[in-house]
Amino acid sequence: MTELHSREPLIFELSKAGRHAGTQFPPRLAGSAEVPPQLRRKTPPLMPAVSELQAVRHFTRLSQMNFSIDTHFYPLGSCTMKYNPKACNTYAMLPEFLGRHPLGPEPQGFLACMYELQEMLQEITGMQAVSLTPMAGAQGEFAGVAMIRAYHRARNDTGRTEVIVPQAAHGTNPATAMMCGLTVKEIPCDANGDVDIDALKAEVSPATAAIMLTNPSTLGVFEHRIVEVARVVHEAGGLLYYDGANLNAILGKVRPGDMGFDVIHMNLHKTFSTPHGGGGPGSGAVGVSARLRPFLPIPIVGKDAGRYRWLTEKDLPQSIGRLSGFMGNAGVNLRAYIYMRLLGREGMVRVAEFATLNANYLMKRLQALGFEAAYPQRRASHEFIITLKQENKAYHVTAMDVAKRLLDYGFHAPTTYFPLLVPECLLIEPTETEAKEDLDRFCDAMSAIRREMEHDPEKLCSAPHTMPVRRLDDVRAAKQLDLAWKTAEITP
Amino acid sequence: MAFIPHTPDDIVRMLEVIGVRSMEELFDEIPAELRAKSLSLPPPMCEMEVARLLTERAALDGRPLNFIGAGAYEHHIPAPVWAIATRGEFYSAYTPYQAEASQGTLQLIYEYQSMVCALTGMEVSNASLYDGASALAEACLMAIRSNRASNSRRILMPRAVNPTYAQVARAIAGNQNLTFESVDFDRTAGRTLLAALQAYSGQDFTALVLQQPNFFGCLEEVDALTDWAHDNKMLVIAVVNPTSLAILSAPGQWGAAERGAAAAGQRGADIVCGEGQPLGVPLASGGPYFGFMATRMQYVRQMPGRIVGRTVDVEGRPGFSLTLQAREQHIRRSKATSNICTNQGLMVTAATIYMSLLGAQGLEAVARSSMQRTADLVAALCAVSGVKKAFSAAHFHEAVLLLDRPAAPVLAALARRGLLGGLDLSERYPELGNAMLVCATETKLEADIDAYAAALAEVMSASRAAA
Repeated sequence: MTELHSREPLIFELSKAGRHAGTQFPPRLAGSAEVPPQLRRKTPPLMPAVSELQAVRHFTRLSQMNFSIDTHFYPLGSCTMKYNPKACNTYAMLPEFLGRHPLGPEPQGFLACMYELQEMLQEITGMQAVSLTPMAGAQGEFAGVAMIRAYHRARNDTGRTEVIVPQAAHGTNPATAMMCGLTVKEIPCDANGDVDIDALKAEVSPATAAIMLTNPSTLGVFEHRIVEVARVVHEAGGLLYYDGANLNAILGKVRPGDMGFDVIHMNLHKTFSTPHGGGGPGSGAVGVSARLRPFLPIPIVGKDAGRYRWLTEKDLPQSIGRLSGFMGNAGVNLRAYIYMRLLGREGMVRVAEFATLNANYLMKRLQALGFEAAYPQRRASHEFIITLKQENKAYHVTAMDVAKRLLDYGFHAPTTYFPLLVPECLLIEPTETEAKEDLDRFCDAMSAIRREMEHDPEKLCSAPHTMPVRRLDDVRAAKQLDLAWKTAEITP
Repeated sequence: MAFIPHTPDDIVRMLEVIGVRSMEELFDEIPAELRAKSLSLPPPMCEMEVARLLTERAALDGRPLNFIGAGAYEHHIPAPVWAIATRGEFYSAYTPYQAEASQGTLQLIYEYQSMVCALTGMEVSNASLYDGASALAEACLMAIRSNRASNSRRILMPRAVNPTYAQVARAIAGNQNLTFESVDFDRTAGRTLLAALQAYSGQDFTALVLQQPNFFGCLEEVDALTDWAHDNKMLVIAVVNPTSLAILSAPGQWGAAERGAAAAGQRGADIVCGEGQPLGVPLASGGPYFGFMATRMQYVRQMPGRIVGRTVDVEGRPGFSLTLQAREQHIRRSKATSNICTNQGLMVTAATIYMSLLGAQGLEAVARSSMQRTADLVAALCAVSGVKKAFSAAHFHEAVLLLDRPAAPVLAALARRGLLGGLDLSERYPELGNAMLVCATETKLEADIDAYAAALAEVMSASRAAA
């Protein structure tokens, strides 16, 4: 294994006053439109000054310091890092789509795609209406909980201020409840990874606004008693929120609407394979049951007499409002649309089947190598948890060590230390687009790492050794804040 | 099978390892009564068929000549920007949780943060938010957490701020009981007057929002308004256009110069946010774009979103990682600064490449050229009978024009000629009468402006003849 790349200087360090990428400057105009003197900038901003080639080389080199789906197996649990088909990008970037101003006359070609996307998402989730406007999963969650709040208020049921969240839930769930001005009640999970029904029954009350659930849960198992959970919460007057983080596991197999959910957000950047882009943009479309339809965030796409148009506050006066400057991450939605057309009905069902096949295969193989599954009695969904608590006791290695060592073997690490309630855990999601050979190579690496625990723990605990940097000093990063070039000396 | 690599033999062997007889058995934990019937979805298409479909849909929308701005601006995007941003190593990577395997994305974000700080004149920037409008909502929530001198949850929101931003701020921040007080603009100048703010002197508000240039494209007298807000213990939330910052004073410098020297030193905006789209991101029907946000170091722990810091590795080599994560949802859960997880990473990648290619000089050239083109456009359109300029204040690359007849049918007639003439303001600002907002950037040449003026003259006179 050789070193990937040595350090790349900051673009500012490559800069030299007087150098620039001249081709990119617009022609100099003869006119003299002037800014009033008191509003003018006094000194130019300290920006890069490089040639076009220098910029191209710099950013290309930076790209080469990343792991990505296109270059590496990326089994990051709960993130659904599947192949992002090139066609989705190519045809979403046709010049007519890219050049379209959002406030011009309603573009019929683009809106036809969005309308059909709404319909397909409705069908897949079993919901009654869809809005594509939330710009990420977290904003979809916000929209969902805000709709629930608006629904209760519209019925003058104003005492419903609590959201119930299982302990295993993603951190966004409680954070979202807070952003919507509600309070959070956490309930435990039982030994099988299911919601503790007795705890749920004890917690529901006239103050219950909703329960937020992922199914399959973040523990990687299908919530057996979902119908009972739905009944308990509905009987108490609360609504059910479905966090679509794990929709990949159930596409075409079971629909959140049929499970009794009132609202769902979907992560189009997971299940429908739009790119993660180094941390966004995502898209967090929401689907609702009939009773929440009037509260959907605007705009959504409607169709009148064969013409598509944006529905706004005039059409949906009870809407929770606008969440973005225009209409959400339109280009991301277009990529999801293309993906769904490529897969079609048959392809969509195969997603869940092969994602589940890969996860269960990988779990069984890792168990055979001596790794402990957190829920061995359960079928894995599209992901599963390995706990390294035995290894931690025996060899003092941590989940973080294994994660870092996997990088040396050419695999992106699984999600570590999430969910929080399983000690020393790795949450592994292989996705359906990985071949058996890749899963086997991953098992070979895990097997080698297992041998290192016994024979070369030093090597393991000091990994990675082949990345552009070794382990970073996160404490220093947070204490001696250096967040921008030239301002490193400022302390809070 | 689309994107599924398994051979029939693979499937058999994998099922064997798992110890089940069929794929169906993998789903045996789902109660039978919940299992979905067959879905009503279109059949699969091959790539060639999808290419045909999308090309036809795109052709329906055409490529009109665009003079609309209003928060989304058509600038030239250098060829390297998206050629590099769509490299798989950027496009198909995730949030840089494993720092050692994500140094490219992390260093790029650090460089981006540095550029945002340089442009805005602020000390710290985050790694971006969803878009400009939602960034303002987050800025309002952040101001509540940051301003310890205020006990109110009230924010002054001038009507000259983009009305959609104000709507989004209400939709998002309203859930936490923030309220917004509208401040009117001056009908002659088209900007927010100090006199209008002075009606609120001595009252408890958390923050004043100031957009520069404002929604009408007019330049606000930001120094006096900023000082007034600070005198009244309010924070200043600046909403700015990043292109304009090449030539307009940086928000970090707003306020009278002598205040900076004073011990209290509250010069400059406190939180700066805005729409990053003008920096190399295509119009694309409204997204994905990205919101930027910067602030003073003293408020960094109240700022939402990812932040990248430079540190060292165990061998003392410099490296980059996500930092100050104790603010975020995955650690703090219900006590987090926001529920936001991602930034708009790919858009930030494009913007960082864009800013690197243009540099300070190039951005200034784009800003000056856009400003001049708009001045030329306004002159050309105001030469058309029945058209005049609405406001007297200096403007950047947008302006409000008043017509002698309703704007909507005029704009519709222009659209039929393949020309997007501007944004009808009659619903957003009925008091302005027949007003429309027009914009020209460096992408509009003299011939384009002449074509617009000629088309407008014809449409106006046809409309007059029909009346």
